[in-house]
Amino acid sequence: MDTEAAGHAAKAVPGVPRDDEGPVFRAPWEAQAFAIALSLHERGLFTWSEWAAALAEQIKRAQAAGDPDTGETYYQHWLATLEHLVATKGVTTPETLHRYRDAWDHAADRTPHGKPIELTPADFE
Amino acid sequence: MSEHDHDHHDHHHHDHDHSDLSETELRVRALESILTEKGYIEPAALDAIVQAYETKIGPHNGAQVVARAWSDPAFKTALLEDATKAVGTLGHVSRVGDHLVAVENTPHRHNMVVCTLCSCYPWEMLGLPPVWYKASPYRSRAVKDPRGVLADFGVSVPKETEIRVWDSTAETRFLVLPMRPEGTEGWSEQQLAELVTRDSMIGTGFPRKPGARS
Repeated sequence: MDTEAAGHAAKAVPGVPRDDEGPVFRAPWEAQAFAIALSLHERGLFTWSEWAAALAEQIKRAQAAGDPDTGETYYQHWLATLEHLVATKGVTTPETLHRYRDAWDHAADRTPHGKPIELTPADFE
Repeated sequence: MSEHDHDHHDHHHHDHDHSDLSETELRVRALESILTEKGYIEPAALDAIVQAYETKIGPHNGAQVVARAWSDPAFKTALLEDATKAVGTLGHVSRVGDHLVAVENTPHRHNMVVCTLCSCYPWEMLGLPPVWYKASPYRSRAVKDPRGVLADFGVSVPKETEIRVWDSTAETRFLVLPMRPEGTEGWSEQQLAELVTRDSMIGTGFPRKPGARS
């Protein structure tokens, strides 16, 4: 995998939590959200400066709503930025995101513990 | 951080018999499936990125916990009695989940943990689970033929050693306490911690030997 691209992203986007070697994550989902942004950037969906501006906007909005922004919520803002950008770029809509979120919730509910959670068409009904 | 017996976090409904994803995890999965369906991302490429950072995810407290247990008999006793509580006393560990159980490897018994889901895997302590850990063949084979699975990992356990397989539940998560390697008498906790691998805490590997490079 191209850690060089990741390193570049970590430098181009302000505030990415990191150590001497590069990005660090508090939880697996944070790394997944990071990886999604990296892939979309490689696809050319946005530039890092565009991403950084959208992320800054999210953080500003969250702070206005009382987020202490101690770094613990950084990837929450990152995720909100992803959702916002894919909608404004016309890739999907907030409604579709919501529908898939509910479908995953349904899939988790019907999946016995210890089995991989997989999405099926029935989860959308 | 103060001591918590039970550290409640973002898992709202903890039923025993089905899976559970946090609100945030649901949103990440929703994005991932939509973008995959539309051809914007490839799951394999995402996995590769995440795997590249597997040592950079979570606080990785497990090695410290094991090293402490090797050095401090009172801590070891407390850990085997109530791992969640004992780990809480270390102070720097924030979220280990509600029901962590430590199982001790001895010359008579080798412990191995199976489960296919992140939600029952103590990634806060161990870092990210390896990819094979999530694959269902691993889980079913580990239960039926643990010795064969261990052999696949290049791990050979003496015939006279019993192999005990622990299947995590939604409520209980396991940490294997491996045997302290020989030749480490007088080592500091920090030195010892460097020998502790993730796989040794799942039971699919042994700690590094003194002098071996990682």
